[in-house]
Amino acid sequence: MSGRISSWGARHLQALVSSAGHLVRSPLATILTLIVMALALALPLGLLTLVQNTRTATGDFSGAIGMSAFLKQDVTEAKARQLTSAVRGRSDVSAAQLITADQALAEFRKDSGFGVALDALQDNPLPHVIAVTPASAATPAGVESLQRYLSAWPEVENVQLDSDWVTRFNAILGVLRRVLVVAATLLGIGVVAIVGNTIRLEILNRRAEIEVTKLVGGTNAFVRRPFLYTGMWYGLMAGLTAWLIVAGALRALAGPAASLASAYGSRFVLAIPSLGELGLLLLVGISLGWFGSWIATAVHLHRIEP
Amino acid sequence: MINFEQVAKRYPNGREALSGVNLRVAPGEMVFLTGRSGAGKSTVLKLIALLERPTRGQVTVNGENTGQLPARRIPAFRRRVGVVFQDHRLLTDRPVFDNVALPLIVADSSLKEIDRRVRAALDQVGLLGKERLLPLELSVGEQQRVGIARAIVGRPPVLIADEPTGNLDPQLATEMLNLFRRLNEVGVTIVVATHDLHLVRESGLREVQLDGGQISNEPGAAAPLPHIEARR
Repeated sequence: MSGRISSWGARHLQALVSSAGHLVRSPLATILTLIVMALALALPLGLLTLVQNTRTATGDFSGAIGMSAFLKQDVTEAKARQLTSAVRGRSDVSAAQLITADQALAEFRKDSGFGVALDALQDNPLPHVIAVTPASAATPAGVESLQRYLSAWPEVENVQLDSDWVTRFNAILGVLRRVLVVAATLLGIGVVAIVGNTIRLEILNRRAEIEVTKLVGGTNAFVRRPFLYTGMWYGLMAGLTAWLIVAGALRALAGPAASLASAYGSRFVLAIPSLGELGLLLLVGISLGWFGSWIATAVHLHRIEP
Repeated sequence: MINFEQVAKRYPNGREALSGVNLRVAPGEMVFLTGRSGAGKSTVLKLIALLERPTRGQVTVNGENTGQLPARRIPAFRRRVGVVFQDHRLLTDRPVFDNVALPLIVADSSLKEIDRRVRAALDQVGLLGKERLLPLELSVGEQQRVGIARAIVGRPPVLIADEPTGNLDPQLATEMLNLFRRLNEVGVTIVVATHDLHLVRESGLREVQLDGGQISNEPGAAAPLPHIEARR
């Protein structure tokens, strides 16, 4: 029994090695097929890496989601200080800072260049503002309810969320992720078709061998085995090549990305796909290769009879 | 061992290759099939090897009714019928050893077993020591013998050969015949289709003559009813 099992294993090993041998013996055809497959795999992988990196990069800013509570014009500075400490005392708030009307005016005068025009005003048109930073654990819903709570205060004119752009940006990322899924699906089908067609040609090339094998009692499973391994080899090598392509592209992007990040005061570093992702990519490549050759053999092998 | 009962074979193109053939080959018997080209010799062999199924009638080989054998059992059936072709159908990109080993490889034999039996088969056909050569490095007669080694390596109880001496000179043809007779002596049932009447007469073995898809030399063999067993 163990002899049978080991010979079964030896047979698989033999199919594995001989299918690799077939690929090596026609290097040009193999390489051309590989390049097409690798590009088809590299595109979604590159997109995935882009989305993930963007998320990491913007993760730095999510802490900056805050809100500004604009107080009514008639609220005194003393009352504003009192309100600020009341806000600061809440558990869903990590920081609250009062920007008085005078401070705001001074800052505006300095930064805007409207100094002379402002001098013409008799009163300070700006209100006091409380800059509120929600607790870091706050959910978007929590932030929203805090906003509603502060709006309800009689001294508060209006509460503005600073995070609108983050929301929009996250929505864009959401679209990108969906694009990624669609592209990955379509390109995956492409990979299956490429492997299927390559295996089909291989089957036609080895027609005589298949006929003789069936003639001496080879089962369909036996005849099929080397082709399935060929498909898996293609998938494995295409996955590796795709990873190299993406890693190379990221290397080329690393410099510009670093200067972009530092321009935003971020210490973000472009990450290449992790080993786990490489493993997943190879698994996907092998599965697609196997599936493509499975279809080709299912369609074409039974047509070849001695 | 091999039994044809009222067998007819019509190919998809409409040609009726066999009609009403009754043929019985006993276990351990060796039979020659003769007749002109197109008389149906190849069709008889194809029906025995289950490369074709009968249109009407019954073909029984090794106790299996080939007309009703499900597809998944065909590989196991073919392992019990060795086939030798005139054009020997060797894989020219594989060495002799791999060609002969193929029936054992598909049957999942162990490597040790394969090594032993391939050598034994090559020894039987006198080609021991040529395992590593490619088929095209051998003479025509040697290639034919590699084909025979491949057919017998799995020790099938039935061996069929289509014009095995067709490309050989008389001396090689006689050697080939002797090789078949030696295999027959150890119990293999053999059916050989041939044009070589001289060889058949010389052998003194049973000859089944086909003419126009019917057996012409064995009384009763082609008669529809009553069934009479083919005479030695």
